[in-house]
Amino acid sequence: MGYALNFNLIWRHFDKLWGGLLLSLELAVISIAIGIVIGLVLAVWYVSAGRVVRTIIAAYVEFIRNVPLILLVYLVFYGLPTVVDIAYSAQTSFVATLALYSGAYLVEVFRSGLEAVPRGQIDAGKAIGLTPWQRLLHVRLPTMLRITLPALSNTFISLFKDTSVASVISVPELTYGAQWINFNTFRIVEVYLVVTAMYLLTGYALLYALRLLERWFRAAH
Amino acid sequence: MIGQIAYALPFLAQGLALTLWVSLLVVVFSLVAGVIMGVGLVYGPAPLRWVVRIFSDTIRGIPILVLIFFVYYGLPAVGLHLPSFWAAVLALTLFKTAQVIEYLRGAVGSIPKGQSEAAMAIGLTFRQRLAYVIFPQAFRRFLPPWINGVTDAVKGSALVSLLGITDLMQAINQVIGRTYEAMPLYILGALIYFAVNYALSLASRRLEKRFSFIRE
Repeated sequence: MGYALNFNLIWRHFDKLWGGLLLSLELAVISIAIGIVIGLVLAVWYVSAGRVVRTIIAAYVEFIRNVPLILLVYLVFYGLPTVVDIAYSAQTSFVATLALYSGAYLVEVFRSGLEAVPRGQIDAGKAIGLTPWQRLLHVRLPTMLRITLPALSNTFISLFKDTSVASVISVPELTYGAQWINFNTFRIVEVYLVVTAMYLLTGYALLYALRLLERWFRAAH
Repeated sequence: MIGQIAYALPFLAQGLALTLWVSLLVVVFSLVAGVIMGVGLVYGPAPLRWVVRIFSDTIRGIPILVLIFFVYYGLPAVGLHLPSFWAAVLALTLFKTAQVIEYLRGAVGSIPKGQSEAAMAIGLTFRQRLAYVIFPQAFRRFLPPWINGVTDAVKGSALVSLLGITDLMQAINQVIGRTYEAMPLYILGALIYFAVNYALSLASRRLEKRFSFIRE
């Protein structure tokens, strides 16, 4: 033992951690926003499509869910530019990866949500003369959203933690900041203690806020 | 290109073997530790319950990557020198243990209280109650989430490549470093991970069916 804790150097470089935390949140928010669009479109398509489309969507979902995120991050950042002629920053590349990743998880969430909408509601929609689009927009999606909100919150929290993988392609988010301080000041235990606390506080604050939002949403509808 | 990749295959197979070995160790260690701590969480005295609760909520609240770095760089700083392989196994095991604790809590919690009370009434000791009444029933609830978690262990093990351990992920990166065939190798790697995990999830579905009987 004989390790004396000294947090001075951590506070001196705290801007790296604070900026990193904000970037982590930003990456998670943008990724889930795109992921929700992917998930919604594919889930709605899936439940109404024929076998070919279903197989393709299921293949995308199964592929993403069975491959480590870090490999997907490398594949998109280092692999893809060698075969297609596009250039993008590490940050853009990571957001694209995480959006595709969350999309695959959300397709499943939304699909089971859509299937859980009671048959009677859809029939009632038909009975009052709503078109299929109106039924989707005013009956199936709102009910589905209420059913899936808790799962959506959990996905967001776990995406927030997944943003730490962005550090492997040098996106300066929170884990990258931690490593920077680790390698440059060697206050190893201190920096990871602080970063652990930052992830925990942010994660549980987000969870609390999302649970409030869920309750508000349930009360309002 | 094909030739280079074929040449690299034995090397990748070694990486895969290490990935599977790490995953197996993590799954076994975390099962033992998680079940013990889970029983502590459900049946233990208050201070023990708090310790397990704080352990589980802390570990589940931070990214695995942070936990891996914390263990790998932090332990030597306080004078504990583990080889990087065991540091990685330790970090992944801690993470998985927290999950196993929650699976066990959920499974045991789903057993009606009357079962425990009936077992007490016929004079079974605590150990007998667990072994003959609670665990056999809780097992069915425990199995599905736990088995789903096994594929997470395989996926999570890819992060040990960052500690310079030559698992499948690191083997792929090293072959790319020599051949510059990034895309084909990443796709090949993805397919290998996919094959392993998909086989695991198929096996798990069969196992789940096998144990989904209800004895009335």
